[in-house]
Amino acid sequence: MRRRTTALDGVAALLILLLMVQIWLLSATLDAYLAGHTDAALPGAICSGLIFVAVAGLYRFVQRLDRAR
Amino acid sequence: MANSGDKPAARNRESLWKDEFSIFQERERFVSRRQLIKFLTLTSLGMFVGNVWILFRSWMRRDSTFPRQEIARIGEIPVGGVKLFRYPNPKEQCLLVRTSEDNYVAYSQKCTHLSCAVYYSREDNQLICPCHNGRFSIRDGAVIQGPPTRALPHVILERKGQELIAIGMSGKLES
Ligand code: FES
Repeated sequence: MRRRTTALDGVAALLILLLMVQIWLLSATLDAYLAGHTDAALPGAICSGLIFVAVAGLYRFVQRLDRAR
Repeated sequence: MANSGDKPAARNRESLWKDEFSIFQERERFVSRRQLIKFLTLTSLGMFVGNVWILFRSWMRRDSTFPRQEIARIGEIPVGGVKLFRYPNPKEQCLLVRTSEDNYVAYSQKCTHLSCAVYYSREDNQLICPCHNGRFSIRDGAVIQGPPTRALPHVILERKGQELIAIGMSGKLES
């Protein structure tokens, strides 16, 4: 139980870190777009997509952890 | 002696309470963490959707072409004078300023802070937003002071004989 709780804590901390990067990415891309620059939109969307894939992977890991209980 | 006899009774009462409300703190914390993780995952999805939306809008903008539109005749406004016009669509108000005998500049009239209408101040030779005293350079629309962080969108002009024609815009129109 305790080990699982620690794992969940670790996952949550990692998710928060990834989300901080993602929110920075979103605000930077939006700022560039509003300033009339469209070049940042594609790399921004790709990076954001990759982060989301990582986040979804972590979520699946938690689900598998639950199933293994 | 009486005290020691009470203790097992108290323990029994406690275990009865625990049986009836079988919530274990450890397990409860487990659930809330899982909910947090679910919430974070959904937030991440939301931000990804936001980025895709920006990408979509960027592609739409790249494809959009600006119309050619006659906006004034040379000499129609005096030096230091202003003419308002709508470009690139009837909803977007812009202003044309004759800064010198031979020089005309045009910008969107919407302030890039919160969309108030900017006006041209001849004394200061600047575009001023009355809402929060934002000021823009008449030379290139750059922010001089105040809360706006982005330059005013610039209308690209072409001179054809005696006519001034708007042919495009640089920068983003506030929506
Ligand atoms: S709306 Fe123009 S400075 Fe705030």
